[in-house]
Amino acid sequence: MSSPPVDSPDAPAPLIELRNVTCGYGDRVVLENVNLTVPRGKVLALMGTSGGGKTTVLRLVGRLLAPMSGQVLFDGVDLASLDTDGLYAARRRMGMLFQFGALFTDLSVFDNVAFPLREHTNLSDGMIHDLVLMKLNAVGLRGARDLLPSQVSGGMARRVALARAIALDPDLIMYDEPFAGLDPISMSVAATLIRDLNRALGITSIVVSHDVDETFLIADHVVFVANGRVVAQGCPDEMRASTDPLVQQFVGGHPDGPVRFHYPAAPLAQDFGVGGGAR
Amino acid sequence: MQKSRHDVWVGLFVLIGAAAILFLALRAGNLLSLNFGETYAVTARFDNIGGLKPRAAVKSAGVVIGRVESIAFDSKTFQARVQLQLEKKFEFPKDSIAKILTSGLLGEQYIGLEPGADEKVLVANDTIKQTQDAVVLENLISQFLYSKAAEPAAPAAAGAGAKK
Amino acid sequence: MNWLSPSAVGLAVRGKLADVGQATFLFWQLVRLAGATFGRFRLVLDQVFFIGNRSLSIISVSGLFVGFVLALQGYYTLQRYGSAEAVGLLVALSLVRELGPVVTALLFAGRAGTSLTAEIGLMKAGEQLVAMEMMAVDPVKRVLAPRFWGGVVAMPLLAAVFSAVGILGGWLVAVVLIGIDPGSFWSQMQGGVDVWADVGNGIVKSVVFGFTVTFIALLQGFSCKPTPDGVAQATTRTVVMASLSVLALDFVLTAMMFSI
Repeated sequence: MSSPPVDSPDAPAPLIELRNVTCGYGDRVVLENVNLTVPRGKVLALMGTSGGGKTTVLRLVGRLLAPMSGQVLFDGVDLASLDTDGLYAARRRMGMLFQFGALFTDLSVFDNVAFPLREHTNLSDGMIHDLVLMKLNAVGLRGARDLLPSQVSGGMARRVALARAIALDPDLIMYDEPFAGLDPISMSVAATLIRDLNRALGITSIVVSHDVDETFLIADHVVFVANGRVVAQGCPDEMRASTDPLVQQFVGGHPDGPVRFHYPAAPLAQDFGVGGGAR
Repeated sequence: MQKSRHDVWVGLFVLIGAAAILFLALRAGNLLSLNFGETYAVTARFDNIGGLKPRAAVKSAGVVIGRVESIAFDSKTFQARVQLQLEKKFEFPKDSIAKILTSGLLGEQYIGLEPGADEKVLVANDTIKQTQDAVVLENLISQFLYSKAAEPAAPAAAGAGAKK
Repeated sequence: MNWLSPSAVGLAVRGKLADVGQATFLFWQLVRLAGATFGRFRLVLDQVFFIGNRSLSIISVSGLFVGFVLALQGYYTLQRYGSAEAVGLLVALSLVRELGPVVTALLFAGRAGTSLTAEIGLMKAGEQLVAMEMMAVDPVKRVLAPRFWGGVVAMPLLAAVFSAVGILGGWLVAVVLIGIDPGSFWSQMQGGVDVWADVGNGIVKSVVFGFTVTFIALLQGFSCKPTPDGVAQATTRTVVMASLSVLALDFVLTAMMFSI
């Protein structure tokens, strides 16, 4: 399925933009001169090898990390120009779903989902009660409201975290590995939720994932990040048809290709002392 | 705001802590004995106050009737000027004597007030005319030595001579 | 770290200085948030429960036994100089001036301090603190500050309970067990313990210790490596650092307060 190219004049302004972003931790550069746009109201999939920089992109958008150079724009505003209050205001329009849910272990499911409402709004207890139950209902966990995070399964924890992420009706949700470690049923539940929320609420979604099949089912646009650069981007069908060897290795799941199987080491002959090589 | 089920327990804890502090202050400490109510200030001058400290007791007939407020050095008369705070309900004659006494043999020093016979009483900012200094151990010893030396008896003189 | 390499040592020193700087900044943040934190009194209350109430049993029992031992040892020594009746004074002064604040702080570091460190460390490892940041809630304000002020409130109360229970324990051993005259027991004590100089200074000490131990516990948890191993190391560091700090501060405070 193809959507109008992102930079065509009738496409709505992108919600997120990364312009010439270079970013890293300490001396290690993880992203180099990356340009990326996230179209409004669409599901964007970020895929790539481990350590390739996908989670770094999420952190840049949430401003948990500042780029070494370049700009990160949220709804046209450079995040670097915001003070603390402005940054918090921007974050209230974002929701983030962490890999294992990151629920507050000392609060019940209900209190977890109510947390953003209680912290940021002055709504009455009755209104909060109704809102929380609505969000829990959207993820199918209205009956689990009084359980503690230690009493729910991994898949359920992630659904609770999703309900918490949509509590304030954000414009953007970022999913960090939403399918990792789930059984097939939970996986399809998660995928359905992501897609339905996206359609029903008009939310923009960024999904970081390794799971090619599930992600391609729900993504509108796929971006491949490897070795600190955007290697390829396009819709899922274009990805499957790509001739780029890295993309092919990833999509096809081949053990050896541009991403090598063997960790760099000395030649075989040297290590095993055969063929006259010095040991 | 949800009602916390911890309210009761925390309240209990704070009460127990406060009770402990009160117990320490009242039963273990001397807070009650500090409640004096109204007092009036009186000055006394001493040549030597020995180990007298501020907040030491002022006793008469062994009963605490006031506190030492401050001790200062008067550079004009080269004496110690001690200011006392006495409870208003006790009146002392103008010629009372203030002595520096020691509680026990080696204990803390306090001021003992012995009443005189005057009809007029001490009022605020009066000065006690008659005082007795603290007993300084060295002076006591040298007094003893000199008195021994002054004795006419021959063995005592021989003994004193040997001591010199 | 290679101790013989000057550059490695230099980097380590610079790193440690950076840590100290960050710690100071965190302390300043927590102190500055006093007003905002007590405004959300419910949170502080809950923390006083977790930190204070839960420590009450170990503090009281320890206080009782320390009181017993003080009375016993004090009696053995004092009765050699015929001053057995001063045992009440001895027990009270030792507890109120020194043992109450110090031993309470050490026990607090072991019980409440480690649980604070582990709790914060596990929250960090489970990405809960980052999640909170992404929800535009400052974790220092929401998680650390209530615990900090809860500890500061709880510590003097615990120290007072320790001293009070200790004195009662001393009374039990001295008067009930050994047979010292109860009148002189209490009167000697009341004559010698000054409410401002002794009890007051003891309370000031325990407040200072409250600041110190709670801060160290929170700092270790907040800055630990977000792995199970990191959390374990952080709890050990809390106990060691907090205990040493308490003992060092006790010397400084005692010198300041009780010097004549």
